[in-house]
Amino acid sequence: MQTSSYILSLTIWVPIIAGILVLFLNHESQKPMARAVALVGSILGLLVAIPLWVGFDNASAAMQFVERLVWIPRYNIHYALGVDGISMLFVLLNSFTTILVIAASWEVIQEKVSQYLASFLIMSGLINGVFAATDAILFYLFFEAMLIPMFLIIGIWGGPRRVYAAVKFFLYTLLGSLLMLAALIYLYNVTNGSFDIIDYHRVPLGITAQTLIFLAFFASFAVKVPMWPVHTWLPDAHVEAPTGGSVILAAITLKIGAYGFLRFNMPIAPDASHALAGFMIALSLIAVVYIGLVALVQADMKKLVAYSSISHMGFVTLGFFLFNGQGVEGGLVQMISHGFISAAMFLCIGVLYDRVHSREISSYGGVVNTMPKFAFFAVLFAMANSGLPATSGFVGEFMVLLGAMKVNFWFAFVASTTLILGAAYSLWMVKRVIFGEIANDNVRTLTDINAREMSILAVLALLVLFMGLYPKPFTDVMHVSVDALLKHVAISKIN
Amino acid sequence: MIENKLALLAIPLLPLIGALLAGFLGNGFAKPVGRAFAHSVTILGIAAAFVLSLFVFQDVSAGKTFNGSVYTWLVTGGIKLEVGFLIDSLTATMMLVVTFVSLMVHVYTIGYMKDDDGYTRFFAYISLFTFAMLMLVMSNNFLQLFFGWEAVGLVSYLLIGFWYKRPTAIKANLKAFLVNRVGDFGFLLGIGLIFAYFGTLDYRETFALAQNFKETIIEPIPGWQWSLITAICIGLFIGAMGKSAQFPLHVWLPDSMEGPTPISALIHAATMVTAGIFMVARMSPLFEMSETALSFVLIIGAITALFMGFLGIVQNDIKRVVAYSTLSQLGYMTVALGVSAYSVAIFHLMTHAFFKALLFLGAGSVIMGMHHNQDMRYMGGAWRYMKITWITSLIGSLALIGTPFFSGFYSKDSIIEAVKHASIPGAGIAYFAVVAGVFVTAFYSFRMYFLVFHGKERYDDLHADKHGHDGHDDHADHADHEHHGLAKGEKPHESPWVVTLPLVLLAIPSVFIGLYTIQPMLFGEFFKGVITIYPTHDSLAGLRSHFTSWAGMAVHGFQTVPFWFAAAGVALAWYFYMKRPDIPAAIKQKFSAVHTLLENKYYLDTFNEWAFAAGARKLGSALWKFGDVTIIDGIMVNGTAKVIGWFSGVARVVQSGYLYTYAFWMILGVFVLLSLVFLKIQ
Repeated sequence: MQTSSYILSLTIWVPIIAGILVLFLNHESQKPMARAVALVGSILGLLVAIPLWVGFDNASAAMQFVERLVWIPRYNIHYALGVDGISMLFVLLNSFTTILVIAASWEVIQEKVSQYLASFLIMSGLINGVFAATDAILFYLFFEAMLIPMFLIIGIWGGPRRVYAAVKFFLYTLLGSLLMLAALIYLYNVTNGSFDIIDYHRVPLGITAQTLIFLAFFASFAVKVPMWPVHTWLPDAHVEAPTGGSVILAAITLKIGAYGFLRFNMPIAPDASHALAGFMIALSLIAVVYIGLVALVQADMKKLVAYSSISHMGFVTLGFFLFNGQGVEGGLVQMISHGFISAAMFLCIGVLYDRVHSREISSYGGVVNTMPKFAFFAVLFAMANSGLPATSGFVGEFMVLLGAMKVNFWFAFVASTTLILGAAYSLWMVKRVIFGEIANDNVRTLTDINAREMSILAVLALLVLFMGLYPKPFTDVMHVSVDALLKHVAISKIN
Repeated sequence: MIENKLALLAIPLLPLIGALLAGFLGNGFAKPVGRAFAHSVTILGIAAAFVLSLFVFQDVSAGKTFNGSVYTWLVTGGIKLEVGFLIDSLTATMMLVVTFVSLMVHVYTIGYMKDDDGYTRFFAYISLFTFAMLMLVMSNNFLQLFFGWEAVGLVSYLLIGFWYKRPTAIKANLKAFLVNRVGDFGFLLGIGLIFAYFGTLDYRETFALAQNFKETIIEPIPGWQWSLITAICIGLFIGAMGKSAQFPLHVWLPDSMEGPTPISALIHAATMVTAGIFMVARMSPLFEMSETALSFVLIIGAITALFMGFLGIVQNDIKRVVAYSTLSQLGYMTVALGVSAYSVAIFHLMTHAFFKALLFLGAGSVIMGMHHNQDMRYMGGAWRYMKITWITSLIGSLALIGTPFFSGFYSKDSIIEAVKHASIPGAGIAYFAVVAGVFVTAFYSFRMYFLVFHGKERYDDLHADKHGHDGHDDHADHADHEHHGLAKGEKPHESPWVVTLPLVLLAIPSVFIGLYTIQPMLFGEFFKGVITIYPTHDSLAGLRSHFTSWAGMAVHGFQTVPFWFAAAGVALAWYFYMKRPDIPAAIKQKFSAVHTLLENKYYLDTFNEWAFAAGARKLGSALWKFGDVTIIDGIMVNGTAKVIGWFSGVARVVQSGYLYTYAFWMILGVFVLLSLVFLKIQ
């Protein structure tokens, strides 16, 4: 293994250091300075991540850009980093999204500006750590630490019921994390003292052990995704979170749960994964249909998009547990696409909320009359959210549906209802918010998006369209790693 | 030409470029400049696409074809999904129809939309539509087909809701999109089955591989056996039922008349709604393998052809009459598909595109002349004031009812003949439906024609009725009635040349295209190797053996039952609406139950509204309130929280209420846990 690379470390520490710098600019007069430093820091964070894309070897399934330093020798814990075709894109997605949230908060956040920006920058670094860590303890530390800034973001800049939301999230997460830790320690023992995730992939395990390990990780990751029925924290968290918090929550943190399934559950416990595939698929399909219907009746735009996220993430977990190329790659594509689209949807809601201070659908109507540019983007993203071909929203769902059809007609049948449900809740909201006569004086006095808002939405729109028209560059990165994973998972670990 | 991939690519891309330029730059100039820019740039793009299509058609007629990929969309699990073109006689025909009608509609729009604030936006949309439609017909694979399929649906959505302030318009466009999505649900499952079993989405490969799966049985439910090919075909056809508005997924099309008239002509008559017909014809190698699927197609088509025609009789809104007529004609095309007369379906698609676009644009011209009154009860005698519109509309109507020598005669008569000779289950019922449909078509078409162009001038009745408006007129656009219509004593006027020129240019093929093309399209080699028909399904054999020339067919046409049915329909319409208007009123009184049934469109909308729209919302509410709020949050989450809260009463000391202390305790907790664990391991 080479140890010469330092790119992943940069993607983790550049934002964190930038965040710490911003923390020092906490005086009232230093607000513009704090914003500038934060923006530069986040852009720098993306720039240092670009070499991952450029230098990535699509033909290799091994970890790349590997770094490995001994950290706590007594317990054989390493500062070990590396990315493969499964995780690399998420480091980029996260670094990119951080720029958006910093830019989106520009004039909106006026309270405790430096702390707000610092939270996002530090969280960005920690999340990159989650995706890059190849040492289980390092992963666990990043995984837990990343929650702290999110708690602060919701707790300080959040809405009126922020404490309830935070506590709910905490309750959900706590149990899962502890079980995961127990599983890691068990694995540490059976591998004779290793915290290397790759070692865990290789270690033979009986079916009982596998099942317990699977369930322990499941407890942790299912909450994150979130899968039905442990999803109810998400709508509350979204509703209370400020716009930037919602964006990161939907675009990035949900992906960590799904990533966990690919990195831990499936390769460490392949036999249990196969045995429990029916269970996972059932939960995923319930998410698609049940949550799709629930989304339909939401009166709060953020809740609606939150439920829509859960429904879309159902496609991800469905795809993974089909154990075929279309399913797993489709799931990964869906994760990235959902990163763009959910970010865009929450940013759009943020644009309206900043002006009217209401998230209720009924507070709007006829927004297109006063905000035509905004309406263009809102309709585009709603269409992407309902999986219109030529937008990224279609690609992943289509691939997962193809994969599902290979396994079982009814999986595809049930999942395809998203065509109708997704369009129904997305476009019904558009009808009530965007179209129609001007509903009230708030809407009458709306000003259209400014250059800053416009450029944020335009970048996302271009990405959504590009990925919809030409998804090949994204899937090319995944192929070899996904194939290797599927091969690995196909071999029984019971001996 | 056809070997040149760049030139082929230019055909869909030029309209796209036009759309982007008009859409993004059209509002960047002063208003008149921006408008001129928008319509010039889009018309230029469409005109170029039309000319290029002509060259392609010439090459195809000479026997050349093209089948190749443009770029690889993605590779997954070792299977390549590509964007590519298949250009053969079927594609080339569609390309010509699409670009020609689109060009006419673009020109027409200059006049029709001249007072509208959304002028540039409208041009951007219709050019975008043309791009999407061309991608659909030029595709060589199911993926791109679905792309085009959904993209035309998107533009249709945008255009139905073009006047986004009207509540009826934004309801109609949502409905159109969702009903189409129901069809796409089946469509996607069909595509999924093809992918799962054949491992490809390429047309040619699929058709070749399908032969190996002739006997394959799938069992979606144990004991319920389906032929794979039948399942695929029915799935695909459900998609066609949505897009081509076949019963019971037709409900969106009448409401789509909320959109401006030019798009009703282009999208909801001539091109987009025929996408389903085109698709089934393209898939003829698959459909031929399944008699069950063909029968299903046939029955659905027959129901649509006849029962949608009935609804045309009771409409008072001029556009609605044409809309129901379109539904009925789409039913005819579907019937043709069902009896394996694919070439006839495409032939009728083509003639219909011309005469129906003509009728719609004619109706639009009338609406302009009447100052945006669409209610035929307040028209009449317009022939005096709108000579070109009058003559061209008459030509369109004659073509529609199948008058010998007109284009519609050749295509409709061929359909009837094909059904007559077909042996597939359901052909008997279908024959009855299409013959009876001829009478119905003639009746409603000339009811409209007489009410609009002849008889008493009833323009002033609008004002008399305005106050006593009974509100029962559920079809007409109330917004229009309130703001529009001729002023008292004012007369209609003929439309400007940009409007009448397309009418004339469409009237020419409405008359001549049938007699000119019937021989090569139906009996010649034109579709050889493109459309597959099993010898046992060859329903055209009878007609082929009798066919001598177009003139002979037309002369013979005067002696057939359908002709007399049509003549009777016209005569009855004349008698009822010119001579004795009291009779239809009396019938309406006497058979009020039937009339109410028809006026309420067989109560299908009411049912859908109740069962699906309200049903889904109720179910969603129930799942949310009971599942999420009561069970999961109420019992599981908050219950747990209460238990924990009881325990943590002890630990209240550490609760300061500051978030940073919580964060601190959390980190500390993790640290302690880790330490404990490691000590134990040691």
